[in-house]
Amino acid sequence: MTSPAPITEPRETPRPDPVAAPALSIEGVSHSYGPRRALMDVSFNVQPASFTALLGLNGAGKSTLFSLITRLFGIQSGRVGIFGHDVSKSPGEALRLLGVVFQPRTLDLDLSLTQNLLYHAALHGIGRRDAAARSAELLGRIGLADRAGSKVRDLSGGQMRRLEIARALLHRPRLLLLDEPTVGLDVKARADIISHVRQLVTEQGIGVLWATHLFDEIMAGDDLVVLHQGKVLAQGPMSQVISEAGAQDVNTAFMRLTGAQTMPGGGA
Amino acid sequence: MSSITTRDAPRGFSAAEYMTCLTGIVWREGLRFLHQRERFVSALVRPLVWLFIFAAGFRQVLGISIIPPYETYILYEVYIAPGLMAMIQLFNGMQSSLSMVYDREMGNMRTLLVSPLPRGFLLFCKLLAGTAVSLLQVYAFLLIAWLWDITPPPSGYLTVLPALILSGLMLGSLGMLISSGIKQLENFAGVMNFVIFPMFFASSALYPLWRVQEGSPYLYYLCEANPFTHAVELIRFALYGQINWISLAVVAACTIVFMIGAIWAYDPSRGLARRGPAGGEG
Repeated sequence: MTSPAPITEPRETPRPDPVAAPALSIEGVSHSYGPRRALMDVSFNVQPASFTALLGLNGAGKSTLFSLITRLFGIQSGRVGIFGHDVSKSPGEALRLLGVVFQPRTLDLDLSLTQNLLYHAALHGIGRRDAAARSAELLGRIGLADRAGSKVRDLSGGQMRRLEIARALLHRPRLLLLDEPTVGLDVKARADIISHVRQLVTEQGIGVLWATHLFDEIMAGDDLVVLHQGKVLAQGPMSQVISEAGAQDVNTAFMRLTGAQTMPGGGA
Repeated sequence: MSSITTRDAPRGFSAAEYMTCLTGIVWREGLRFLHQRERFVSALVRPLVWLFIFAAGFRQVLGISIIPPYETYILYEVYIAPGLMAMIQLFNGMQSSLSMVYDREMGNMRTLLVSPLPRGFLLFCKLLAGTAVSLLQVYAFLLIAWLWDITPPPSGYLTVLPALILSGLMLGSLGMLISSGIKQLENFAGVMNFVIFPMFFASSALYPLWRVQEGSPYLYYLCEANPFTHAVELIRFALYGQINWISLAVVAACTIVFMIGAIWAYDPSRGLARRGPAGGEG
């Protein structure tokens, strides 16, 4: 399997604004399913050209948060902004700056790779000719150009994930959300996906929110948000979160913060 | 948290972007349909079984007097053909709704709903796509029926098209409305029992309503109130180049009501939101 090359299409219009809005701002967001409170007063920002890891165990509220950001659920209280556009008030403007890779696979298995990409492009109003050019280019960059006409069903798990990331980038978003994108992948495919996404941050200035429960996917220099039972327990640069918890590494810091007795299935 | 100081000016969406989105959704639905050959075959076999077996058997039992839009005595097969066309659309509408429940379980619905275009428009595109698929099925059925000597006037094949589009939209939006209330795929059996069968049998699809009235006046009123009856009559008249105005009004009104209901039910702050994440993860 060839390692995916970085995706470096020209940005549409660079906006060198000294006081630009954060790529993603979550302000005082709470959410309940009936009596069960899934999120409680969650607030944090994701800056452009940054890699922010949203760290939490299964059930911490990560998926609920993603559903609120993507307008799948209505926001009950608080505010979600994408580059300053309120998701509730102007969802169109907010969503067009956003690319998402959901945790469950969301590809049409019986359609070809190109057909999947063209469908997504159409959903964003990208005309056929432009869409075909972008699809071919992105497939080349994830090393799947020779599979363009194959059915998605015939791809491996890692290839499907790369295709989903390519699809999320098709409309050239400036914020990318990924919900546990490496679950179920082998070591090599995981490493490929992680390095690919990190290149998007450094080379294209995309803001990334990466939800995970695997500590080894976080690197020094990342921003960290620790979410536990619907509450943000800590946030900031990784080194700061670790030192404030009086720990030596993320693993220990997380356990001290959450009082977790057992190691989550990461840290391999 | 930090206040928002700057942001890009909203630029909205152009008509071309709306059209691209619409054609893209219809194209994808068509591709998916062509990949599901079994679905196409079963969509055709179902009405043909009624036509070849049921109608042939009942031909001697049920005499049909001359009723509009027919101008001569007709065979029973000719009478039930429009009902079977509507039945194709009824099943297709419910099956599209089934696929929406499936899409929701499998996450595909998410890719549709994170499109930046207005959600009501996306659902409308989905309805049109389902209707387009039903048209393919209905015209394939009409071709086979023609070989079986069910020969409406040639212009009827054209005049029935607008009627089919409207009835397809009505049955599709009904399906979508129902799908918003279904949590799991298994519940589709209930839709068969409580929606498809009652709608089909308590209608003018299989027998003219004057015959129903002779048997049971109450059932007659029920049939008259059934929107499916009016879809059948709209198609029946249009196939012979005529317009049944009452049916047109009922079908148009029901389409609007069902469609608004479906879009309302799929509003993120209502329908889907109440149910929590499909996977059960918080």
